Amino acid sequence: MLILAIDTSTSAITVALHDEARVLAQESHLDPRAHTEWVTPLIASCLSAASVTPGDLTAIAVGNGPGPFTGLRVGIVTGLTMGHALGVPVLGICSLDVLAEQSAALTEGELLVATDARRKEVYWARYAVRPGSVQALTSPAVDRPADLPDEVRALPTAGRGPALYPELFAHALPVLDVDAAMLARVAVERTLAGTPMPVEPLYLRRPDALTTAERAAR
Amino acid sequence: MTAEQPLVLGIETSCDETGVGIVRGETLLVDAVASSVDDHARFGGVVPEVASRAHLEEMVPTIERACREAGVTLGDLDAISVTAGPGLAGSLMVGVASAKALALSLGVPLYGVNHLASHVAVDIVEHGPLPEPTMALLVSGGHSSLLLVPDVTSDIRSLGSTIDDAAGEAFDKVARVLGLPFPGGPYIDRAAREGQVVIDFPRGLTTGRDMERHRFDFSFSGLKTAVSRWVQAREAAGEPVPVNDVAASFQEAVVDVLTRKAVLACREQGAQHLQIGGGVAANSRLRAMAQSRCDDAGIELRVPRPGLCTDNGAMVAALGAQMVLKGRDASRLDLPADSSMPVTQISA
Ligand SMILES: [Zn+2]
Repeated sequence: MLILAIDTSTSAITVALHDEARVLAQESHLDPRAHTEWVTPLIASCLSAASVTPGDLTAIAVGNGPGPFTGLRVGIVTGLTMGHALGVPVLGICSLDVLAEQSAALTEGELLVATDARRKEVYWARYAVRPGSVQALTSPAVDRPADLPDEVRALPTAGRGPALYPELFAHALPVLDVDAAMLARVAVERTLAGTPMPVEPLYLRRPDALTTAERAAR
Repeated sequence: MTAEQPLVLGIETSCDETGVGIVRGETLLVDAVASSVDDHARFGGVVPEVASRAHLEEMVPTIERACREAGVTLGDLDAISVTAGPGLAGSLMVGVASAKALALSLGVPLYGVNHLASHVAVDIVEHGPLPEPTMALLVSGGHSSLLLVPDVTSDIRSLGSTIDDAAGEAFDKVARVLGLPFPGGPYIDRAAREGQVVIDFPRGLTTGRDMERHRFDFSFSGLKTAVSRWVQAREAAGEPVPVNDVAASFQEAVVDVLTRKAVLACREQGAQHLQIGGGVAANSRLRAMAQSRCDDAGIELRVPRPGLCTDNGAMVAALGAQMVLKGRDASRLDLPADSSMPVTQISA
Protein backbone atom coordinates (compact mmCIF):
# COMPACT_ATOMS: atom_id res chain seq x y z
CA MET A 1 0.00 0.00 0.00
CA LEU A 2 1.28 3.47 -0.87
CA ILE A 3 -1.30 6.14 -0.11
CA LEU A 4 -1.15 9.81 -1.01
CA ALA A 5 -3.34 11.88 1.34
CA ILE A 6 -4.60 15.37 0.48
CA ASP A 7 -6.68 17.75 2.56
CA THR A 8 -7.69 21.33 1.72
CA SER A 9 -10.65 21.75 4.06
CA THR A 10 -8.90 24.00 6.59
CA SER A 11 -6.37 26.84 6.38
CA ALA A 12 -3.60 24.34 5.73
CA ILE A 13 -2.90 22.83 2.35
CA THR A 14 -1.59 19.48 3.53
CA VAL A 15 -0.35 16.32 1.79
CA ALA A 16 1.38 13.16 3.00
CA LEU A 17 2.58 9.77 1.80
CA HIS A 18 2.02 6.61 3.83
CA ASP A 19 3.24 3.11 3.00
CA GLU A 20 1.01 1.26 5.52
CA ALA A 21 3.83 1.06 8.07
CA ARG A 22 4.73 4.73 8.40
CA VAL A 23 4.51 8.23 7.00
CA LEU A 24 7.18 8.55 4.29
CA ALA A 25 6.83 12.27 3.63
CA GLN A 26 4.57 15.15 4.51
CA GLU A 27 4.22 18.78 3.47
CA SER A 28 1.90 21.51 4.66
CA HIS A 29 1.50 25.16 3.82
CA LEU A 30 -0.67 27.62 5.71
CA ASP A 31 -2.70 29.90 3.42
CA PRO A 32 -6.51 29.81 3.40
CA ARG A 33 -6.63 31.53 -0.03
CA ALA A 34 -4.01 29.70 -2.08
CA HIS A 35 -5.06 26.04 -2.26
CA THR A 36 -4.94 26.03 -6.08
CA GLU A 37 -1.36 27.29 -6.16
CA TRP A 38 0.07 25.01 -3.49
CA VAL A 39 -1.49 21.59 -3.55
CA THR A 40 0.18 20.11 -6.65
CA PRO A 41 3.68 21.46 -5.91
CA LEU A 42 3.42 20.03 -2.38
CA ILE A 43 2.45 16.64 -3.80
CA ALA A 44 5.39 16.80 -6.23
CA SER A 45 7.78 17.60 -3.41
CA CYS A 46 6.41 14.79 -1.20
CA LEU A 47 6.83 12.29 -4.01
CA SER A 48 10.38 13.35 -4.67
CA ALA A 49 11.27 13.45 -0.94
CA ALA A 50 10.15 9.82 -0.70
CA SER A 51 11.79 8.93 -4.03
CA VAL A 52 8.59 7.55 -5.50
CA THR A 53 6.78 8.34 -8.74
CA PRO A 54 3.04 8.93 -9.20
CA GLY A 55 2.84 5.49 -10.82
CA ASP A 56 3.92 3.85 -7.53
CA LEU A 57 0.81 5.07 -5.68
CA THR A 58 -1.84 2.47 -4.85
CA ALA A 59 -4.55 4.83 -3.56
CA ILE A 60 -5.33 8.49 -2.97
CA ALA A 61 -7.16 9.71 0.14
CA VAL A 62 -8.89 13.08 0.25
CA GLY A 63 -10.54 15.03 3.03
CA ASN A 64 -14.26 15.32 2.24
CA GLY A 65 -14.53 18.44 4.38
CA PRO A 66 -16.64 20.14 5.53
CA GLY A 67 -14.68 23.29 4.77
CA PRO A 68 -14.85 26.51 2.76
CA PHE A 69 -16.12 25.29 -0.61
CA THR A 70 -13.60 26.74 -3.03
CA GLY A 71 -10.53 25.40 -1.26
CA LEU A 72 -12.22 22.10 -0.41
CA ARG A 73 -12.96 21.40 -4.08
CA VAL A 74 -9.32 21.96 -5.07
CA GLY A 75 -8.11 19.06 -2.94
CA ILE A 76 -10.95 16.76 -3.93
CA VAL A 77 -10.65 17.37 -7.67
CA THR A 78 -6.87 16.96 -7.45
CA GLY A 79 -7.32 13.58 -5.77
CA LEU A 80 -10.08 12.44 -8.12
CA THR A 81 -8.09 13.41 -11.21
CA MET A 82 -4.89 11.75 -10.00
CA GLY A 83 -6.83 8.63 -9.09
CA HIS A 84 -8.34 8.51 -12.57
CA ALA A 85 -5.05 9.23 -14.35
CA LEU A 86 -3.18 6.60 -12.33
CA GLY A 87 -5.99 4.04 -12.25
CA VAL A 88 -6.06 3.82 -8.44
CA PRO A 89 -8.99 4.16 -6.01
CA VAL A 90 -9.78 7.49 -4.37
CA LEU A 91 -10.94 7.36 -0.75
CA GLY A 92 -12.90 10.10 1.01
CA ILE A 93 -12.75 10.78 4.76
CA CYS A 94 -14.59 13.40 6.81
CA SER A 95 -11.99 16.05 7.68
CA LEU A 96 -13.49 16.58 11.15
CA ASP A 97 -12.76 12.90 11.90
CA VAL A 98 -9.11 13.59 11.15
CA LEU A 99 -9.00 16.58 13.51
CA ALA A 100 -10.58 14.37 16.21
CA GLU A 101 -7.89 11.72 15.65
CA GLN A 102 -5.21 14.42 15.87
CA SER A 103 -6.65 15.39 19.29
CA ALA A 104 -7.02 11.89 20.70
CA ALA A 105 -3.67 11.92 22.46
CA LEU A 106 -4.51 15.21 24.20
CA THR A 107 -7.76 14.30 25.88
CA GLU A 108 -10.05 11.53 27.00
CA GLY A 109 -13.80 11.25 27.02
CA GLU A 110 -15.83 13.60 24.86
CA LEU A 111 -14.35 16.00 22.39
CA LEU A 112 -15.72 18.70 20.09
CA VAL A 113 -14.30 19.64 16.70
CA ALA A 114 -15.30 23.14 15.52
CA THR A 115 -13.76 24.60 12.36
CA ASP A 116 -14.19 27.87 10.48
CA ALA A 117 -17.25 27.76 8.23
CA ARG A 118 -17.00 31.53 7.52
CA ARG A 119 -20.17 33.67 7.70
CA LYS A 120 -19.90 33.62 11.51
CA GLU A 121 -20.58 29.89 11.63
CA VAL A 122 -18.60 26.75 12.50
CA TYR A 123 -18.59 23.24 11.11
CA TRP A 124 -18.74 20.92 14.07
CA ALA A 125 -19.15 17.35 15.32
CA ARG A 126 -18.81 15.58 18.68
CA TYR A 127 -16.55 12.59 19.27
CA ALA A 128 -15.90 10.04 22.02
CA VAL A 129 -12.23 9.30 22.68
CA ARG A 130 -11.43 5.95 24.27
CA PRO A 131 -8.06 4.24 24.43
CA GLY A 132 -7.35 3.13 20.87
CA SER A 133 -10.53 4.50 19.32
CA VAL A 134 -12.15 7.73 18.29
CA GLN A 135 -15.83 7.52 17.51
CA ALA A 136 -18.12 10.16 15.98
CA LEU A 137 -21.18 10.83 18.13
CA THR A 138 -22.86 13.25 15.71
CA SER A 139 -22.84 13.90 11.97
CA PRO A 140 -21.00 17.03 10.85
CA ALA A 141 -23.18 20.13 11.00
CA VAL A 142 -22.91 23.87 10.42
CA ASP A 143 -24.22 26.38 12.95
CA ARG A 144 -23.59 29.70 14.66
CA PRO A 145 -21.30 28.82 17.57
CA ALA A 146 -23.61 30.54 20.07
CA ASP A 147 -26.38 28.17 19.01
CA LEU A 148 -24.45 25.10 20.22
CA PRO A 149 -25.59 23.92 23.67
CA ASP A 150 -23.44 25.23 26.54
CA GLU A 151 -22.30 21.75 27.57
CA VAL A 152 -21.12 21.04 24.01
CA ARG A 153 -19.14 24.29 23.78
CA ALA A 154 -17.54 23.46 27.14
CA LEU A 155 -15.93 20.28 25.76
CA PRO A 156 -12.26 20.21 24.82
CA THR A 157 -12.39 21.65 21.31
CA ALA A 158 -10.15 21.12 18.28
CA GLY A 159 -10.14 23.26 15.11
CA ARG A 160 -10.07 27.03 14.63
CA GLY A 161 -13.47 27.61 16.24
CA PRO A 162 -12.01 28.48 19.69
CA ALA A 163 -9.42 30.81 18.15
CA LEU A 164 -12.16 32.65 16.24
CA TYR A 165 -14.72 32.72 19.07
CA PRO A 166 -12.66 32.51 22.29
CA GLU A 167 -15.55 33.79 24.42
CA LEU A 168 -17.76 30.90 23.28
CA PHE A 169 -15.41 27.93 23.55
CA ALA A 170 -13.93 27.44 27.00
CA HIS A 171 -11.44 24.66 26.36
CA ALA A 172 -9.29 25.00 23.24
CA LEU A 173 -7.03 22.14 22.17
CA PRO A 174 -3.81 23.02 20.32
CA VAL A 175 -5.03 21.35 17.11
CA LEU A 176 -5.95 23.95 14.48
CA ASP A 177 -5.78 22.48 10.98
CA VAL A 178 -5.95 19.08 9.34
CA ASP A 179 -2.65 17.19 9.08
CA ALA A 180 -2.55 14.92 6.03
CA ALA A 181 -0.22 12.53 7.85
CA MET A 182 -3.15 11.69 10.15
CA LEU A 183 -5.53 11.57 7.19
CA ALA A 184 -3.22 9.01 5.60
CA ARG A 185 -3.13 6.94 8.82
CA VAL A 186 -6.92 6.95 9.05
CA ALA A 187 -7.13 5.91 5.38
CA VAL A 188 -4.76 2.99 6.02
CA GLU A 189 -6.73 1.88 9.11
CA ARG A 190 -10.08 2.08 7.36
CA THR A 191 -8.72 0.27 4.29
CA LEU A 192 -7.47 -2.57 6.51
CA ALA A 193 -10.82 -2.62 8.30
CA GLY A 194 -12.70 -2.72 5.01
CA THR A 195 -14.63 0.49 5.79
CA PRO A 196 -16.23 2.08 2.71
CA MET A 197 -14.81 5.56 2.01
CA PRO A 198 -16.87 7.33 -0.66
CA VAL A 199 -15.58 10.66 -1.95
CA GLU A 200 -18.28 13.20 -1.31
CA PRO A 201 -17.75 16.93 -0.70
CA LEU A 202 -19.49 17.83 2.56
CA TYR A 203 -20.96 21.24 1.73
CA LEU A 204 -23.71 21.19 4.42
CA ARG A 205 -25.17 24.36 2.87
CA ARG A 206 -27.12 24.79 -0.32
CA PRO A 207 -25.81 27.27 -2.91
CA ASP A 208 -26.45 30.84 -1.93
CA ALA A 209 -29.13 31.81 -4.44
CA LEU A 210 -32.87 31.92 -4.81
CA THR A 211 -34.65 30.25 -7.71
CA THR A 212 -36.89 32.47 -9.81
CA ALA A 213 -39.87 30.70 -8.21
CA GLU A 214 -38.55 31.47 -4.71
CA ARG A 215 -37.92 35.11 -5.64
CA ALA A 216 -41.47 35.42 -6.96
CA ALA A 217 -42.84 33.92 -3.73
CA ARG A 218 -41.17 36.62 -1.58
CA MET B 1 6.08 13.49 -28.55
CA THR B 2 5.76 13.94 -32.30
CA ALA B 3 6.70 17.61 -32.55
CA GLU B 4 4.55 18.21 -35.64
CA GLN B 5 1.39 16.68 -34.17
CA PRO B 6 1.29 17.11 -30.39
CA LEU B 7 -1.67 15.42 -28.72
CA VAL B 8 -3.11 17.95 -26.28
CA LEU B 9 -6.02 17.73 -23.85
CA GLY B 10 -7.64 21.06 -22.96
CA ILE B 11 -9.82 21.81 -19.93
CA GLU B 12 -12.24 24.72 -19.74
CA THR B 13 -14.22 25.56 -16.58
CA SER B 14 -14.38 29.36 -16.59
CA CYS B 15 -18.17 29.57 -16.42
CA ASP B 16 -20.95 26.97 -16.40
CA GLU B 17 -19.68 24.45 -18.99
CA THR B 18 -17.24 21.70 -18.03
CA GLY B 19 -15.36 21.30 -21.31
CA VAL B 20 -12.67 18.80 -22.25
CA GLY B 21 -11.31 18.78 -25.80
CA ILE B 22 -8.53 16.81 -27.42
CA VAL B 23 -6.57 18.09 -30.40
CA ARG B 24 -3.81 16.46 -32.40
CA GLY B 25 -1.79 19.30 -33.91
CA GLU B 26 -4.43 21.31 -35.75
CA THR B 27 -7.00 18.52 -35.90
CA LEU B 28 -9.90 18.31 -33.48
CA LEU B 29 -10.43 14.78 -32.17
CA VAL B 30 -13.16 15.41 -29.63
CA ASP B 31 -15.01 18.18 -27.86
CA ALA B 32 -16.81 16.88 -24.76
CA VAL B 33 -18.96 19.35 -22.82
CA ALA B 34 -21.08 18.87 -19.72
CA SER B 35 -23.29 21.88 -19.22
CA SER B 36 -24.94 22.91 -15.98
CA VAL B 37 -27.15 25.43 -17.81
CA ASP B 38 -30.32 23.56 -16.80
CA ASP B 39 -29.34 23.93 -13.14
CA HIS B 40 -28.90 27.67 -13.64
CA ALA B 41 -32.13 28.17 -15.58
CA ARG B 42 -34.04 27.65 -12.30
CA PHE B 43 -32.17 30.64 -10.90
CA GLY B 44 -32.57 32.85 -13.99
CA GLY B 45 -28.81 33.20 -14.41
CA VAL B 46 -25.48 31.54 -13.74
CA VAL B 47 -24.94 30.98 -10.00
CA PRO B 48 -21.18 30.63 -9.36
CA GLU B 49 -21.52 28.10 -6.54
CA VAL B 50 -23.90 25.93 -8.59
CA ALA B 51 -21.41 26.04 -11.47
CA SER B 52 -18.45 25.11 -9.25
CA ARG B 53 -20.27 22.15 -7.72
CA ALA B 54 -21.22 20.90 -11.16
CA HIS B 55 -17.61 21.23 -12.36
CA LEU B 56 -16.39 19.07 -9.50
CA GLU B 57 -18.98 16.40 -10.32
CA GLU B 58 -18.41 16.48 -14.07
CA MET B 59 -14.63 16.95 -14.28
CA VAL B 60 -13.39 13.36 -14.24
CA PRO B 61 -16.39 11.89 -16.13
CA THR B 62 -15.88 14.49 -18.88
CA ILE B 63 -12.15 13.72 -19.14
CA GLU B 64 -13.04 10.03 -19.33
CA ARG B 65 -15.66 10.58 -22.02
CA ALA B 66 -13.35 12.78 -24.12
CA CYS B 67 -10.63 10.12 -24.14
CA ARG B 68 -13.07 7.34 -24.94
CA GLU B 69 -14.66 9.22 -27.82
CA ALA B 70 -11.27 10.30 -29.21
CA GLY B 71 -9.92 6.76 -28.93
CA VAL B 72 -6.87 7.88 -26.95
CA THR B 73 -5.61 7.04 -23.49
CA LEU B 74 -4.29 9.63 -21.07
CA GLY B 75 -0.85 8.06 -21.43
CA ASP B 76 -0.79 9.11 -25.10
CA LEU B 77 -1.01 12.83 -24.27
CA ASP B 78 1.90 15.17 -24.94
CA ALA B 79 0.59 18.16 -22.95
CA ILE B 80 -2.32 19.48 -20.90
CA SER B 81 -3.76 22.94 -21.35
CA VAL B 82 -6.31 24.69 -19.16
CA THR B 83 -8.13 27.99 -18.94
CA ALA B 84 -6.24 29.94 -16.24
CA GLY B 85 -8.55 32.98 -16.61
CA PRO B 86 -10.52 35.15 -16.92
CA GLY B 87 -13.73 33.69 -15.50
CA LEU B 88 -15.47 32.75 -12.27
CA ALA B 89 -12.73 32.18 -9.68
CA GLY B 90 -14.25 29.12 -8.01
CA SER B 91 -15.01 27.48 -11.35
CA LEU B 92 -11.56 28.18 -12.79
CA MET B 93 -9.92 26.61 -9.74
CA VAL B 94 -11.60 23.24 -10.35
CA GLY B 95 -10.25 23.07 -13.90
CA VAL B 96 -6.80 24.39 -13.01
CA ALA B 97 -6.40 21.94 -10.12
CA SER B 98 -7.53 19.04 -12.29
CA ALA B 99 -5.17 20.02 -15.12
CA LYS B 100 -2.23 20.19 -12.73
CA ALA B 101 -3.10 16.79 -11.30
CA LEU B 102 -3.14 15.35 -14.84
CA ALA B 103 0.16 16.99 -15.77
CA LEU B 104 1.85 15.72 -12.60
CA SER B 105 0.40 12.21 -12.87
CA LEU B 106 1.31 11.84 -16.55
CA GLY B 107 4.62 13.70 -16.43
CA VAL B 108 3.70 16.07 -19.27
CA PRO B 109 3.90 19.88 -19.52
CA LEU B 110 1.02 22.13 -18.43
CA TYR B 111 -0.09 25.26 -20.29
CA GLY B 112 -2.32 27.69 -18.40
CA VAL B 113 -3.90 29.81 -21.12
CA ASN B 114 -6.23 32.76 -21.56
CA HIS B 115 -9.89 31.99 -22.17
CA LEU B 116 -10.32 34.77 -24.75
CA ALA B 117 -7.21 33.78 -26.69
CA SER B 118 -8.64 30.25 -26.76
CA HIS B 119 -11.87 31.54 -28.33
CA VAL B 120 -9.68 32.91 -31.14
CA ALA B 121 -7.46 29.83 -31.47
CA VAL B 122 -10.39 27.42 -31.87
CA ASP B 123 -10.88 28.49 -35.47
CA ILE B 124 -7.56 26.84 -36.33
CA VAL B 125 -9.15 23.39 -35.88
CA GLU B 126 -12.17 24.55 -37.90
CA HIS B 127 -10.75 26.62 -40.77
CA GLY B 128 -6.98 26.08 -40.61
CA PRO B 129 -4.12 28.39 -39.58
CA LEU B 130 -5.10 31.86 -38.46
CA PRO B 131 -4.31 34.66 -40.91
CA GLU B 132 -1.91 37.09 -39.26
CA PRO B 133 -3.22 39.49 -38.22
CA THR B 134 -6.79 38.38 -37.54
CA MET B 135 -9.43 40.69 -36.13
CA ALA B 136 -11.55 38.89 -33.53
CA LEU B 137 -14.93 39.93 -32.21
CA LEU B 138 -15.74 37.89 -29.09
CA VAL B 139 -19.30 38.21 -27.88
CA SER B 140 -20.93 36.12 -25.16
CA GLY B 141 -22.64 36.37 -21.79
CA GLY B 142 -19.26 37.14 -20.26
CA HIS B 143 -17.39 39.12 -22.90
CA SER B 144 -17.65 41.68 -25.68
CA SER B 145 -14.18 42.31 -27.02
CA LEU B 146 -12.61 43.48 -30.21
CA LEU B 147 -9.10 42.08 -30.52
CA LEU B 148 -6.31 42.52 -33.02
CA VAL B 149 -4.40 39.23 -33.12
CA PRO B 150 -0.99 39.29 -34.81
CA ASP B 151 -0.05 35.95 -33.16
CA VAL B 152 -2.48 34.00 -30.99
CA THR B 153 0.34 32.46 -28.93
CA SER B 154 2.24 35.67 -28.18
CA ASP B 155 0.58 38.91 -29.28
CA ILE B 156 -3.03 39.92 -28.75
CA ARG B 157 -4.04 43.59 -28.57
CA SER B 158 -7.29 44.78 -27.10
CA LEU B 159 -8.90 47.48 -29.25
CA GLY B 160 -12.06 47.74 -27.22
CA SER B 161 -14.53 45.99 -24.97
CA THR B 162 -17.83 46.63 -23.25
CA ILE B 163 -17.86 49.39 -20.66
CA ASP B 164 -20.91 47.91 -18.92
CA ASP B 165 -22.91 44.78 -19.85
CA ALA B 166 -21.58 42.02 -22.10
CA ALA B 167 -23.59 41.51 -25.29
CA GLY B 168 -24.95 38.15 -24.16
CA GLU B 169 -25.87 39.63 -20.80
CA ALA B 170 -28.00 42.24 -22.61
CA PHE B 171 -29.77 39.40 -24.44
CA ASP B 172 -30.47 37.66 -21.11
CA LYS B 173 -31.78 40.82 -19.47
CA VAL B 174 -33.99 41.81 -22.37
CA ALA B 175 -35.31 38.24 -22.57
CA ARG B 176 -36.34 38.57 -18.92
CA VAL B 177 -38.11 41.88 -19.67
CA LEU B 178 -39.98 40.16 -22.50
CA GLY B 179 -40.86 37.11 -20.38
CA LEU B 180 -38.60 34.79 -22.41
CA PRO B 181 -36.54 32.03 -20.70
CA PHE B 182 -32.84 31.97 -19.79
CA PRO B 183 -30.44 31.90 -21.58
CA GLY B 184 -32.03 34.67 -23.61
CA GLY B 185 -29.99 34.58 -26.84
CA PRO B 186 -31.66 31.71 -28.71
CA TYR B 187 -35.18 32.81 -27.63
CA ILE B 188 -34.64 36.40 -28.77
CA ASP B 189 -33.19 35.16 -32.06
CA ARG B 190 -36.26 32.97 -32.61
CA ALA B 191 -38.73 35.70 -31.64
CA ALA B 192 -36.92 38.25 -33.81
CA ARG B 193 -37.35 36.06 -36.88
CA GLU B 194 -41.14 36.42 -36.44
CA GLY B 195 -40.93 40.18 -35.90
CA GLN B 196 -40.07 43.41 -37.70
CA VAL B 197 -37.46 46.02 -36.88
CA VAL B 198 -39.90 48.83 -36.16
CA ILE B 199 -38.46 50.51 -33.06
CA ASP B 200 -35.32 52.61 -33.33
CA PHE B 201 -33.46 51.65 -30.15
CA PRO B 202 -30.23 53.53 -29.28
CA ARG B 203 -26.84 52.42 -30.62
CA GLY B 204 -24.42 52.93 -27.71
CA LEU B 205 -21.05 54.68 -28.23
CA THR B 206 -21.50 55.24 -31.97
CA THR B 207 -21.64 59.01 -32.34
CA GLY B 208 -19.56 62.16 -31.88
CA ARG B 209 -17.22 62.23 -28.89
CA ASP B 210 -17.93 58.58 -28.10
CA MET B 211 -16.36 57.55 -31.42
CA GLU B 212 -13.18 59.32 -30.33
CA ARG B 213 -12.99 58.21 -26.72
CA HIS B 214 -14.63 54.79 -27.11
CA ARG B 215 -14.02 54.08 -30.78
CA PHE B 216 -14.05 50.29 -30.40
CA ASP B 217 -15.77 49.97 -27.05
CA PHE B 218 -19.34 48.82 -26.59
CA SER B 219 -22.16 49.74 -24.21
CA PHE B 220 -25.39 47.80 -23.95
CA SER B 221 -26.74 48.99 -20.64
CA GLY B 222 -28.49 52.06 -22.10
CA LEU B 223 -30.06 49.89 -24.78
CA LYS B 224 -31.37 47.46 -22.19
CA THR B 225 -32.87 50.35 -20.20
CA ALA B 226 -34.45 51.78 -23.35
CA VAL B 227 -36.10 48.43 -24.08
CA SER B 228 -37.42 48.15 -20.50
CA ARG B 229 -38.86 51.66 -20.62
CA TRP B 230 -40.48 51.04 -23.97
CA VAL B 231 -42.10 47.84 -22.70
CA GLN B 232 -43.21 49.48 -19.43
CA ALA B 233 -44.80 52.40 -21.32
CA ARG B 234 -46.77 49.94 -23.42
CA GLU B 235 -47.90 48.02 -20.38
CA ALA B 236 -48.82 51.25 -18.52
CA ALA B 237 -50.96 52.28 -21.49
CA GLY B 238 -52.71 48.92 -21.30
CA GLU B 239 -51.50 47.95 -24.76
CA PRO B 240 -50.12 44.51 -25.68
CA VAL B 241 -46.32 44.23 -26.00
CA PRO B 242 -45.30 43.12 -29.51
CA VAL B 243 -42.64 40.74 -28.20
CA ASN B 244 -41.37 39.67 -31.61
CA ASP B 245 -40.98 43.25 -32.86
CA VAL B 246 -39.23 44.36 -29.68
CA ALA B 247 -36.88 41.35 -29.92
CA ALA B 248 -36.11 42.10 -33.57
CA SER B 249 -35.50 45.80 -32.92
CA PHE B 250 -33.31 45.14 -29.88
CA GLN B 251 -31.29 42.49 -31.71
CA GLU B 252 -30.85 44.80 -34.70
CA ALA B 253 -29.40 47.51 -32.46
CA VAL B 254 -26.89 45.13 -30.86
CA VAL B 255 -25.84 43.51 -34.11
CA ASP B 256 -25.58 46.82 -35.94
CA VAL B 257 -23.09 48.22 -33.41
CA LEU B 258 -21.04 45.03 -33.17
CA THR B 259 -20.61 44.57 -36.91
CA ARG B 260 -20.15 48.25 -37.69
CA LYS B 261 -17.29 48.61 -35.19
CA ALA B 262 -15.72 45.27 -36.12
CA VAL B 263 -15.57 46.12 -39.83
CA LEU B 264 -14.29 49.62 -39.07
CA ALA B 265 -11.54 48.09 -36.93
CA CYS B 266 -10.55 45.73 -39.76
CA ARG B 267 -10.31 48.64 -42.18
CA GLU B 268 -8.30 50.87 -39.88
CA GLN B 269 -5.94 48.10 -38.74
CA GLY B 270 -5.50 46.57 -42.17
CA ALA B 271 -6.92 43.19 -41.17
CA GLN B 272 -8.27 41.15 -44.07
CA HIS B 273 -10.00 38.61 -41.85
CA LEU B 274 -12.67 38.94 -39.19
CA GLN B 275 -13.42 36.08 -36.83
CA ILE B 276 -16.46 36.02 -34.58
CA GLY B 277 -16.54 33.85 -31.47
CA GLY B 278 -18.43 33.47 -28.20
CA GLY B 279 -21.98 32.28 -27.62
CA VAL B 280 -23.58 35.29 -29.33
CA ALA B 281 -21.82 34.24 -32.56
CA ALA B 282 -24.62 31.68 -32.87
CA ASN B 283 -27.07 34.57 -33.43
CA SER B 284 -28.43 34.29 -36.96
CA ARG B 285 -28.82 38.04 -37.50
CA LEU B 286 -25.25 38.69 -36.32
CA ARG B 287 -23.92 36.14 -38.79
CA ALA B 288 -26.00 37.53 -41.66
CA MET B 289 -25.14 41.19 -41.07
CA ALA B 290 -21.46 40.44 -40.48
CA GLN B 291 -21.36 38.46 -43.71
CA SER B 292 -22.92 41.22 -45.80
CA ARG B 293 -20.80 44.01 -44.27
CA CYS B 294 -17.61 41.94 -44.67
CA ASP B 295 -18.53 41.18 -48.28
CA ASP B 296 -19.01 44.90 -48.92
CA ALA B 297 -15.65 45.70 -47.36
CA GLY B 298 -13.73 42.85 -49.02
CA ILE B 299 -13.04 41.16 -45.69
CA GLU B 300 -13.13 37.39 -45.21
CA LEU B 301 -15.43 36.36 -42.36
CA ARG B 302 -14.58 33.28 -40.31
CA VAL B 303 -17.11 31.93 -37.82
CA PRO B 304 -16.53 28.53 -36.19
CA ARG B 305 -19.54 26.24 -35.92
CA PRO B 306 -21.84 27.15 -32.98
CA GLY B 307 -20.56 24.36 -30.69
CA LEU B 308 -17.03 25.75 -30.98
CA CYS B 309 -18.16 29.36 -30.45
CA THR B 310 -19.58 28.73 -27.00
CA ASP B 311 -17.20 27.85 -24.16
CA ASN B 312 -15.60 24.46 -24.77
CA GLY B 313 -12.47 22.43 -24.10
CA ALA B 314 -11.51 22.13 -27.76
CA MET B 315 -10.57 25.79 -27.90
CA VAL B 316 -8.25 25.41 -24.93
CA ALA B 317 -6.68 22.30 -26.47
CA ALA B 318 -6.33 24.15 -29.80
CA LEU B 319 -4.41 26.99 -28.15
CA GLY B 320 -2.37 24.53 -26.07
CA ALA B 321 -1.30 22.72 -29.24
CA GLN B 322 -0.23 26.03 -30.78
CA MET B 323 1.82 26.80 -27.65
CA VAL B 324 3.60 23.47 -28.06
CA LEU B 325 4.08 23.92 -31.82
CA LYS B 326 5.52 27.42 -31.37
CA GLY B 327 7.79 26.31 -28.53
CA ARG B 328 6.25 28.64 -25.92
CA ASP B 329 7.15 28.17 -22.25
CA ALA B 330 5.03 25.77 -20.21
CA SER B 331 3.40 26.93 -16.97
CA ARG B 332 4.66 26.05 -13.51
CA LEU B 333 2.72 23.78 -11.17
CA ASP B 334 2.05 26.74 -8.86
CA LEU B 335 0.01 28.39 -11.63
CA PRO B 336 -2.84 30.38 -10.06
CA ALA B 337 -6.37 30.74 -11.42
CA ASP B 338 -6.69 34.42 -12.37
CA SER B 339 -10.34 35.50 -12.58
CA SER B 340 -9.40 38.87 -14.10
CA MET B 341 -6.57 37.74 -16.39
CA PRO B 342 -6.11 40.48 -19.03
CA VAL B 343 -6.61 39.43 -22.63
CA THR B 344 -3.13 40.65 -23.50
CA GLN B 345 -1.70 37.94 -21.23
CA ILE B 346 -2.00 34.79 -23.32
CA SER B 347 -0.52 32.30 -20.88
CA ALA B 348 0.46 32.20 -17.24
ZN1 LIG C 1 -16.15 32.47 -23.37
